[in-house]
Amino acid sequence: MCGTCGCGQEDEIRITKPGDENQHDHVHSHEHEHDDENHSHAHTHTHSHNDGHEHHHHHEDDHGHHHHHHEDGREVVLEQDILHKNNLLAERNRGFFEARNIRAINMVSSPGSGKTTLLEKTITDMKGDIPFFIVEGDQQTMNDAKRIEATGAPVVQVNTGSGCHLDASMVNRAVKELEIAENSILVIENVGNLVCPAMFDLGEAYRVVVISVTEGDDKPIKYPDMFRTSNICIINKTDLLPYVDFDVEKAKDYALRVNHHLKFFELSAKSGEGMDAWYEWLKEC
Amino acid sequence: MHELSIAMNIVEIVEENAAAANCKAVSEIDLEIGSMSGVVIEALQFALEEAVKSSIMESARINIHEISARVKCIACAHEFEPEDIITPCPACGHPYSDDIQGREMKIRRIIFFEE
Repeated sequence: MCGTCGCGQEDEIRITKPGDENQHDHVHSHEHEHDDENHSHAHTHTHSHNDGHEHHHHHEDDHGHHHHHHEDGREVVLEQDILHKNNLLAERNRGFFEARNIRAINMVSSPGSGKTTLLEKTITDMKGDIPFFIVEGDQQTMNDAKRIEATGAPVVQVNTGSGCHLDASMVNRAVKELEIAENSILVIENVGNLVCPAMFDLGEAYRVVVISVTEGDDKPIKYPDMFRTSNICIINKTDLLPYVDFDVEKAKDYALRVNHHLKFFELSAKSGEGMDAWYEWLKEC
Repeated sequence: MHELSIAMNIVEIVEENAAAANCKAVSEIDLEIGSMSGVVIEALQFALEEAVKSSIMESARINIHEISARVKCIACAHEFEPEDIITPCPACGHPYSDDIQGREMKIRRIIFFEE
């Protein structure tokens, strides 16, 4: 079953370079790591949890089974993170990036915050300073990859089908197609979604969350997970501030309550206002 | 709907452990889900109903333990359970805190049927 939508297909992830659109009919499958060391950690069980409530979930038992207590069965204490495999592969990606001095940025936001425009402007203005390599994540279309290609930066498009986020395996595969140079910046533009991508480590060095002033200034407390897991918060489209009710200080205060480590950039990718501070950070990150 | 990915990861981990333990059926599993983990428990339950079909977990009882959020004030180090995402420190009123607990997303244990 496909892990993104539950359909019968094994995998619907598609990774394509601009110009290769007609060659994408090969079958991809998830990478599975079978590392036996990870199967049988037997930790002692010493936490005391402040369980608010317990949710019990019973499957209707058509076959006449009785639920056995563990005195009757074999208990394996696991204490394993459910996203353990993604986290392991993310660490592999991270090690590869670090060894080659590739600064990897996972750029996340809701749809329409201006991530692609910000990237186009950044790549164009910083041409000659730092080489950029881009992985574009979208459910469908090559549109964003084509926009990035026009700036001259190497790019691959990951289409997730009905999937709502990129994961470490997709990035691992995309990066193999991209042939990233050493001493460069890799920007992974995640699927526009302020919820699901928050819990999937891709191996990035920095997570950058973008919000635009046409959104509500309470976004950070409505969707706290993304702000909690990010290092940088970009407030985009500041040229529109005279026309909207967005309160920048309030948005920043909310974001800091969720994650007081956040660093902010207020800018307009369209007018260029505030972009210099962002460029300085990119040079030093 | 990342809960379906989570549910499928759970089934995969359980099946690998079953193979390693040479067990054919799962009686019970215990999950720990933090209230700040980003997982909606009701959505996970719904996703698990689909994900366990035709798997070794099909008739397993799934216990989901919700772990409540706990944070530490960055100013006075007071530890408390915040009522919501923007609760200031009840001791000193400072608005910022660091997470201590509540982002868990773990399989705590699996109980297999003995052959």
